[in-house]
Amino acid sequence: MDPELALLVNAIISGLLLGSLYAAAAAGLAISFGMLDIVNIAHPALVVLGAFAVVVVSGGLGLDPLLSAVLLAPGFWLLGAGIYTAYHHFFERRGDQALHGLAFFFGVMFIIEVGLVMVFGADQRYVDPSYASITYYFGDIDLPLRMLVPGASALATIGALALYLRTTFTGRAIAAVAQDPEALRLLAIDPVRIKRFAFGISVALAGLAGGALVVVQPIDPWSGHVFIGRVFAIVIMGGMASLSGCVLAALAFGVAENVTAAFYGPSWSPAVAFGALLLVLAFRPQGLFGRAA
Amino acid sequence: MTKITRRSLGQLTAATGLAAASGIRPAAAQAPSGPPLRIGYSMSLSGGLAGNGRPALATHRIWADDVNARGGLLGRPVELVHYDDQSNGAQVPGIYTKLIDVDKVDLVVSGYATAIIAPAMPIVMQRGMTIVTLLGTGVNHEFRYDRHFNICPVGSQVKETFAKGFFDIAMAMDPKPRTIAIAALDSDFPQRTAESARFLARQHGLRVVYDRSYPPGTVDFSPIMRSIQAARPDLVYIGSYPPDSVGLLRSASELRMSARMFGGAMIGPQISALKAQLGPILNNLVTWDVYAPEPTMQFPGVESLLRRYREVAAREQTDALGLYVPPLAYSQMQVLEQAVKRVGRIDQAALAADMHANAFDTVIGPLTFDALGEWTEERNLYVQYQGVTDGNLERFARPGTQVILYPPRYKSGELRGPYGASAT
Amino acid sequence: MTVKTEAALRPRPALPAGHIAFWGGAALLCLALVAGFRVLDNEYAWFAGYFILQYVLLATAWNILGGYAGYVNFGAAGFLAVGAYTTVALRKAFGLDLLPCIAAAACIGGLLGLGTGWLALRLKGVYFAIATLSLAVLLHTIVVNWSFVGGSRGAYVLRPASIPPFVSYGEYLFVVMLVLAVIGVGIARGIEGSRLGMGLAALRDDERAAEAAGVPTLRLKLVATTLSGALMAVAGAPLSHYTGYLNPEAAFGLAFSVNAIAMPLIGGAGTWFGPVIGAVLLASLQQAATVTISSAANLMIVGVVLVIFAAAAPRGIVGLIRGGRHR
Repeated sequence: MDPELALLVNAIISGLLLGSLYAAAAAGLAISFGMLDIVNIAHPALVVLGAFAVVVVSGGLGLDPLLSAVLLAPGFWLLGAGIYTAYHHFFERRGDQALHGLAFFFGVMFIIEVGLVMVFGADQRYVDPSYASITYYFGDIDLPLRMLVPGASALATIGALALYLRTTFTGRAIAAVAQDPEALRLLAIDPVRIKRFAFGISVALAGLAGGALVVVQPIDPWSGHVFIGRVFAIVIMGGMASLSGCVLAALAFGVAENVTAAFYGPSWSPAVAFGALLLVLAFRPQGLFGRAA
Repeated sequence: MTKITRRSLGQLTAATGLAAASGIRPAAAQAPSGPPLRIGYSMSLSGGLAGNGRPALATHRIWADDVNARGGLLGRPVELVHYDDQSNGAQVPGIYTKLIDVDKVDLVVSGYATAIIAPAMPIVMQRGMTIVTLLGTGVNHEFRYDRHFNICPVGSQVKETFAKGFFDIAMAMDPKPRTIAIAALDSDFPQRTAESARFLARQHGLRVVYDRSYPPGTVDFSPIMRSIQAARPDLVYIGSYPPDSVGLLRSASELRMSARMFGGAMIGPQISALKAQLGPILNNLVTWDVYAPEPTMQFPGVESLLRRYREVAAREQTDALGLYVPPLAYSQMQVLEQAVKRVGRIDQAALAADMHANAFDTVIGPLTFDALGEWTEERNLYVQYQGVTDGNLERFARPGTQVILYPPRYKSGELRGPYGASAT
Repeated sequence: MTVKTEAALRPRPALPAGHIAFWGGAALLCLALVAGFRVLDNEYAWFAGYFILQYVLLATAWNILGGYAGYVNFGAAGFLAVGAYTTVALRKAFGLDLLPCIAAAACIGGLLGLGTGWLALRLKGVYFAIATLSLAVLLHTIVVNWSFVGGSRGAYVLRPASIPPFVSYGEYLFVVMLVLAVIGVGIARGIEGSRLGMGLAALRDDERAAEAAGVPTLRLKLVATTLSGALMAVAGAPLSHYTGYLNPEAAFGLAFSVNAIAMPLIGGAGTWFGPVIGAVLLASLQQAATVTISSAANLMIVGVVLVIFAAAAPRGIVGLIRGGRHR
């Protein structure tokens, strides 16, 4: 293969793998922010919390980190349901969630980060599953399992979730709740219960994403900051309430970053990605993959 | 307190100081008395610099215990006054004015690294205080303050000397390397190291086939590594910080990157958590360092310091081995201690004059300072990781794992090459 | 016109007598502060005071857009950094002193604000917030790659030890920031009582209705974003002189963005006094925590205070006081 072409193909493939990680981190937000209209700025911090929990569990029990993340998911679901209950009680019910809800989640983010520093110290934590040091090679193209396994698991989880949302009654209710809570009431469904359930799922997804993240890279309590801008950008570019749009946007984001890094120097990759978001916002506010309003 | 007792106390502390340096605890030192001698500084205990700030603080505490066990400084008990700057330079001016004006500290030192040292300098200069800083780079090139002393092996000729060790080792290889790739994080220190590498590459007539910076917060390093690989350099020189060092080295291993020499100024492998995590990936990496537990660097007191530090570290969850910041942080306080003892009183001008004029014996060896307060003799170590089979930290605490290749004075082994796929 | 009368119920129109009382009171307060600090004769007072005042200005500036018009700016740090780097650039290029740099920072920040205003024409709510966040990331990347102002290495600003007639440079910085903060608060107060403020309040409550009622929402939004941007940049303009060294991480620090939102909320968003009281309280608390508790726990305080206030006192301290009076 021509070296330039090989570089491009590899940049695209590694971009897709990176994008899958972004998708994992953003999928939960697509539910909370996209569907439920809850601006959970603490989502990346919850991802990092998940990563720390995975480090503890997989270190303590000697389990695979992704399996640990799955085992921890119910706990994170409960956490999410708890956060939503507080959020609903204090903000949504009063109808001033826009600004104050945001401040609330900012506070939650700080509490999580500082809590992690106080418990775990400032050092990096990591897990070392056996497959993390294996790479598959196909000619000039290489696939490190460190990226592939968490990426593929993330996409599979998101796929299963999308299927669930589309086919089950509760799933459809979740999709409906943002658009028309009154209609749900007419069907004798409590929109608050549905939203609590859905927000629980979004936080459980954050926990799972933490498992994926810690396989990819070591973490410290501030690792979430890098993702704040990216995950929101992805959810918006994906057209908000759409999991498939979110995945596509995440993949596009990853590819844009890595192709820029490979050909124009990594210095400019954040500018390209966020510049793209600004353009999308300015000219196509319904998102790249959203339906025209 | 009368003159006689103070003088005899000085002799006593000098004697016990010697005893402590050789690892023997004095049976009964005279208890320090009088108002405490307060040493103030800002230290990053949270935020991005905390990973090195916390070990530095733990080390300072060990030093304070040592000094007080020996009867204090000038017969007074030493007290550390420090505030957390959250790794945020904007907090630092407030902290130092508080220390100097409200807490009335007698002496100031600095927290960890340039971003924290530089904002402290205008305040310290305004008060004419003498300051001993920890791992700054080029701070005093801007301020030109004659009471600034920096504990950092880099010296004052960063561009000319920082990467010299790497290039000296590389150019001694047969056949001589002809090409080099340079990659560095967009941040102060890594950029300075890259500048030095660029300068020396030109001096040695090496062709630079890749030269890029990458931003903080980069998640995936494979595009960088792949572009370097595509350029097929003989040498790879990287300037990086801990989060990216891991990503770069893992990508290098995944892409079966190979080069005759690979490394540079990678901050990361010095830290225990990263040693454990990277394990065999470190083999044959040639990287900058400040200290290595090799027989050539067994200065008096360093072993005892590391032993005590490791007990504290296990309790406080700071860097487990303490091979990076702790020896330097301890020396920082030793320089202050020895100058105060020689001067015999708290006199900022006299302290600075003493530090310029005299040599210091520290746990990282003898030190002297030049006009800018940098080390007269730069001591950039280049070490190579050898024979690493797993992430067991005990191996890294023993000699023979981080072999010193440069400078010749401390050399403890021979270069092994190449780095990468064919090596393991 | 109904919208306008409704909106007029909330902010009391400021009478000329009120104006005189405000400016007179502010001048007296300034003099008292400077005199009091001089008596204290403590450099720390100037520095801690500056730290608090920069937040007063930043929170007030944020409030003009966020509190009055309801447009949440997530990228306050970006605007502040633009101001800080304007100073660094002009000082390096032309050797300008601090004061002309502040004026220039106001212009550049205002222009940037105008640009954001263009975004605000197209985006609402959370979209606008995310757009400002991206703008901050974009600016950060540009500064990191701009070697003239030091790039990622940071820039050193060597300031003089003192500027007569001030006793020290710390006092000079404090006085400059004090005057700027008073001007900022005065502008905010002026807006609140004016047609502009009522228009903004109308568009915050219901943008469509306001538009239908003939409120020139387009122009109002542009004015608000421009003013807000200019004042935020002004708040950052002296930063490099305060620290003596400025690097992108410090200038674009998350703490600025968070505090810019948290302070008006805690004090009471949408009133001119709210951000002032919120900034004074929260910044003093942070400064005090830094030098007392001094561990990771002091950031915890910000988080906990923010959560408690957002949950229990959504109208902030000003709301608590007014609510208490009504009861």
